[in-house]
Formats: sequence, C-alpha cells, structure tokens
Amino acid sequence: MRRFARVLPVIGMSGMGLAGLGVCLPAMAQSTEITVATVNNPDMVTMQSMMSAFHQAHPDIKVNWVTLPENELRQKVTTDIASGAGQYDVVTVSNYETPIWAQNDWLKPLDEDLPEDYDVDDLLAPVKEGLSVDGELYALPFYAESSVTYYRKDLFEKAGIEMPEKPTWDQMKEFASKIHSPSDGVYGICLRGLPGWGQNMALFGTMVNSFGGRWFDMDWTPQLDSPEWKNAANAYVELLNDYGPPGVTSNGFTESETLFANGQCGMWVDSTVAASYVSDPDTSKVAEDVGFAQAPYQTTEKGSNWLFTWALAVPQSSQHQDAAETFIEWATSKDYINAVADEKGWLSVPPGTRQSTYDSADYKQAAPFAPLVEKAISSASPTDPSAQEVPYTGVQFVTIPQFQAIGTRVGQLMAAMLSGQQSVDDALSQGQAFTERLMQQTGKPQ
Amino acid sequence: MRTQSGNALLGILAWLVALAIFFPILWLLLTAFKTEQEAFSVDPTFWFMPTLESFKTALAQGSGYWHYAWNSALTAVASTIIGLALAVPAAYAMAFYPNKRTDFLLVWMVSTKFIPAVGVLIPIFLVYKTVGLLDHALGLTLLFTAMNLPIIVWMVYSYFRDIPKDIVEAADIDGASVLQTLFKVVLPLALPGLASTGLLALILAWNESFWSITMTDHRAATLAVYIASFKSAEGLFWAKMSAASVLAIAPIIVLGWFTQRQMVRGLTFGAVK
Repeated sequence: MRRFARVLPVIGMSGMGLAGLGVCLPAMAQSTEITVATVNNPDMVTMQSMMSAFHQAHPDIKVNWVTLPENELRQKVTTDIASGAGQYDVVTVSNYETPIWAQNDWLKPLDEDLPEDYDVDDLLAPVKEGLSVDGELYALPFYAESSVTYYRKDLFEKAGIEMPEKPTWDQMKEFASKIHSPSDGVYGICLRGLPGWGQNMALFGTMVNSFGGRWFDMDWTPQLDSPEWKNAANAYVELLNDYGPPGVTSNGFTESETLFANGQCGMWVDSTVAASYVSDPDTSKVAEDVGFAQAPYQTTEKGSNWLFTWALAVPQSSQHQDAAETFIEWATSKDYINAVADEKGWLSVPPGTRQSTYDSADYKQAAPFAPLVEKAISSASPTDPSAQEVPYTGVQFVTIPQFQAIGTRVGQLMAAMLSGQQSVDDALSQGQAFTERLMQQTGKPQ
Repeated sequence: MRTQSGNALLGILAWLVALAIFFPILWLLLTAFKTEQEAFSVDPTFWFMPTLESFKTALAQGSGYWHYAWNSALTAVASTIIGLALAVPAAYAMAFYPNKRTDFLLVWMVSTKFIPAVGVLIPIFLVYKTVGLLDHALGLTLLFTAMNLPIIVWMVYSYFRDIPKDIVEAADIDGASVLQTLFKVVLPLALPGLASTGLLALILAWNESFWSITMTDHRAATLAVYIASFKSAEGLFWAKMSAASVLAIAPIIVLGWFTQRQMVRGLTFGAVK
C-alpha cells in the first residue's frame, strides 16, 4: 500500500482522476491465495478440473492459474524468480531446470516438510533422482515420460516381420523399408523433425547416446564432430529421407501423434504419454493394431530412451510457501491419482511418477501398455547416459543453463540437414563451432 | 477505354489485396467452428459440419473469459482516455505556439517507438516490482498510455495543424481564454481526428500482447494472456485457440465496424492540403 502511494501523485499530476476508471486495489481476503504457473498439457487441464476436490479438503486456500506456452512460461518464471518478484507460489518445472534452479537457491527444498503418508519412496527412482540435488528433493513429480517404439502390428504381420522387445536402429531401417508404402498413405517411420531442444533434439539426443556418442567429454569439450555423432546423424537422415513422411521438419510430438493415429506411420519412436491416445478408439484409427516396444538402440542401450518429468516446485520468492506446499503435495499424491481415476477413469491419471500406480490392477487393466511404460521410465539413466564417461546428468539434455541455447541451435542445424540445405558434416561442424564458442563465452560449468 | 480497363484492373487488385488481408481472419473463424481433428487436418477443408464445441470450452466456467475481457476493456479504455488527456494540451501547444525546439521534440517523442519493447523490459519490470505494479491493471494502463502517447500526440498535432491559425487568432482577439479556444473552437473542429486517434489507441492497446503477457499473471491479465493459455506442447488445440481468438477479437472488430466511417474520415482528414 505504501509503495503504491508513491506512484499516486504522478498519476494525480496528469490531471486525471483514476477513481472513476475502476482501477482498484486487491481486496484483502481472509484465505490464502496462491498463484500456480503451469502449461496447457492435458494432464494439467485435468488438474485444473479437479480443483473442487482440493477446495473441499483445503477451503482456506484459493488457487489462481497462470497458463502459458512452455517457452513463455519458462522465461516468465525465470525473470520472476531471478528478480525476486514473487508472483508465483507454485511453478511447473521439468527435470531439466530443477537441478539448475535448485543450485541457484531458487527453489525450496521439500524433503523436511513432506508428511509420512506422502510416501516419498513410492516415487519411481529415476524420476525422483532427476528432481533432487545431493539427495534432497526440490520439486515433486506430476507426470513423467520416457520414449518407446510404437508400431503397426497389422503391417508387420502382412510383411512377415516381427518387432523385437528392443530393436536396433539398423532393424528399424530394415522394417521401415518393408512397410513403407506412400501410395497407400503409409510411411515407414515417423520421427520428430521440428527443430527445438525439446522437439527433434529429444529424439536425436537419445540416438546419439545409443550410437555411443556424448555431448561433452570430461573437460567439457563438445563432441559434435565425433564419428558417433556422424553415424547417428547419417542414420537419422537416411531413415527419414527414405522412409519418412513429407515435410518432416514441421513434425513435432503432436503432429507425429496425429499422423500415427491416422494410420499414416508404420513405426513411431516418441513419448510414452501418447500410449493412451493411440490406443483409444475414439482418437485413433489404429487403436486395435498398435504394438509397443522399447526405444531403439544401436551400439549401446545406455541413454537410448529419454526421461522427462513435469514437476511442481515452490520458489524461494513465494510469500505463501506453506499453502503452496500443501497444494503440490496434494497434486502429486496417491490420493490425487485415485481421485482422478474415480472421476475420469484410469487412463486419465498422470502417468510415470509412482510405483503404486503401476502396481494397481485397475490401472494395468485399463492401460495394457503400463508395464512397458514403467520399464522405459525405470530403465532411463540420467546419471549414466552414455557409453563414454560424461561430466553431466540428463539423457536427452545436459543439465547446464547453456543447453537450451545449444539444443535450440543444433536442433535447427539438424532440420537444415534433414531438408537437404546442409550436409551432415557441415551441420555437425557448425554445431561443434557454435557449442565451443558458447562454452568459451559462458565459462565451463563448475 | 484505356482508363476504364485500368480501373477494372485496379479494382481487381484491390479485391485481391483485401482478400489476402482478410483471409487469415476468415480461416480463424472457420477453424473455430471445426473439431480439433478437422482443424489439424493436413488437407484443409472449407466444407464441414460446424460445431460449437470449441466455444463451449473457451467460455467454460473456469476459463475466465469475462475476467480477461474486463481487464482488456479496462486497460484499453483507461489508457486511451489518459493518453488523449495528456496529448491534447501538448499537441495544442506545439501546433499553435511552436518554438524552435518543437520539431525536434516531435521527432524525439516518436523516436522512443524505435526501441524494441524488450529492450526496456528489465528496467520496467524491476521498477514495477519495487512499486508493486506487477500484475496490476493500473500498471498495464500506464504502460499502454506510454506506449501509445507518441502516436496520439503526433496524430492530434497533425489534425490541429490543419486548422487555420487565423481561427485561433480570431478567438484570441475576441477575448477567449486558452481553455475556451481549445474546448469551444479547436476541439470541435478536430473531433473526427480525435475520434479516429482514440479508436486507433484503443485498438493498439486491446491487441497488445508483449507487455500484457510479461507484466501480468492473473489479476490484471488481458485477453492476450487468455489466448496464449490455449497453446500446448501436447494434444490438439488449434480449434480451441481459434475460438478463443475469435472471442478476443470480436469486441474490437464490432467496434471497428460501427465506427469505420468515422475512422476513414479521420484518417484521411487533412490529406488534401
């Protein structure tokens, strides 16, 4: 209020009375109001629609939502926390920024305050690890995903081939060649081609790992010009150019998902969250014929499937930390999962976070792909992502602040490579030069 | 003969340009009535079974459309009124009592528009944080006012310049005070211009998205924030987002429709010297 008084004379000088314009101060409410910053993904939409359950249990906490596209949200939240503005009490973060922000002292450590019945040991180990620094949790997982291979059982049968439990990229190419039939509107394989560190680079990052490559050596020297990167890039380009859909550089997750659900892809390697969409007859034309396998590998299984977690955290700048913690404990609890299952069915529960979800007989019955998803998430290895030694953690990303810029740039080069604007060698040497320069400018991580 | 065919060609060209400008809005309108699957379809369709599903979602309880619309209306109207109230005296002084610095001052004011908004984001964000204006309707109103003020001053100034100075001098000789001259002589003459200036400022403030998205969260969030909230990295959202956009632009388009005669008159006012 006092701060406000300082600007009032300025407005007064303009000779305009603002009273009549209805600009009024926020009403002093009895209850605590918290602001939750989040994205518009389907599981978050479900969370917003479950709010009456939260209000019943906690009538004294009022929740306001700020929903923004992912990149805008990340920028706004970063500005807010770094400047200490404290507009947000709960922020939606991933396992990419959680360790970085925790080390900046931006997020509140959560272990101490978690109640007994939260059952923190029920959280899947790689998911929990990705949100912890030195064994301390800084965010609670809301849902998590890994990558798997989706394929068309009917097309495989017709071609007389069989999908192994975990195929190699060489096999993927062979299978693609056998089922590729553009005249029937079926492309051998769909993969992400849309540039972005969270789009094509999520998939391509796992390819590099499985070809034995790594982003940096132990001295933080970029390795993009290594033979492993070249092999992975050649395999990626050949697969998509020979057996991919047209215009693949504009296909991200959603576009590929739609193509697969429309029956236009023979195989598709992507996020586990698509499993329920492609096997639901209401949304997918191929629901009956979807087969699942683990994500492909080549020379090593290490880092061949990614791990991405959407989690809820409380910024240190929040003025309502207790209420905020109450909220994130509720939204990531077993009770929440059960409440969603009761109200909307088991296919709508946020996947990938709790062992108890995967132990539930009801869930297994509703989601036949559940064991596969659980296996993919549990086998993801963020702390050991490459056959070679690495100084970083993260499967499809590197948990350093510079990675967002690096991943974005290299993602653009990959797209240029796919569309034939650049050769594999040129694209990789440019990526190498860009990464070297950026690391020099910003200094190596400690 | 030659001029006639020339006119016809010009007419066709005008229609083509108008169509090109209007097409995105038409497509937005069509998409808003499609299902998500149709909206996303690779083969665009013009003929389909319209559905109101997306509008239902966009207007559903909890989507907060009215909350955002109110904030948009409040900040746009308030910033336009404040802007005009500040600009009219300034333009009056510059138009009728110019001195040797007037031209420089005008150019300097407009030059503030050359800086990209993001260039001043951090200082403004920090100041707003300190004075407590983040996520506040007043904060956004002041920003919109500052954003539009150079344009308003410039436009009002050029309308005033078109009024013969003799009229002002005659009023002076008749013993009218400055305020009397302004309100009884100058403003009535410049009214069409003022109306179109106000309308333009209103539209610019209504459509503003950069500051709205960065400086507000919930309390003072405008329709720009509302539209942005429909974008998603997972799942289909084009139809819902189109419906939300249609709802967001509808009020200003209707306003523009009803005032278009005034607007055109104002914008071409003084075009012939």
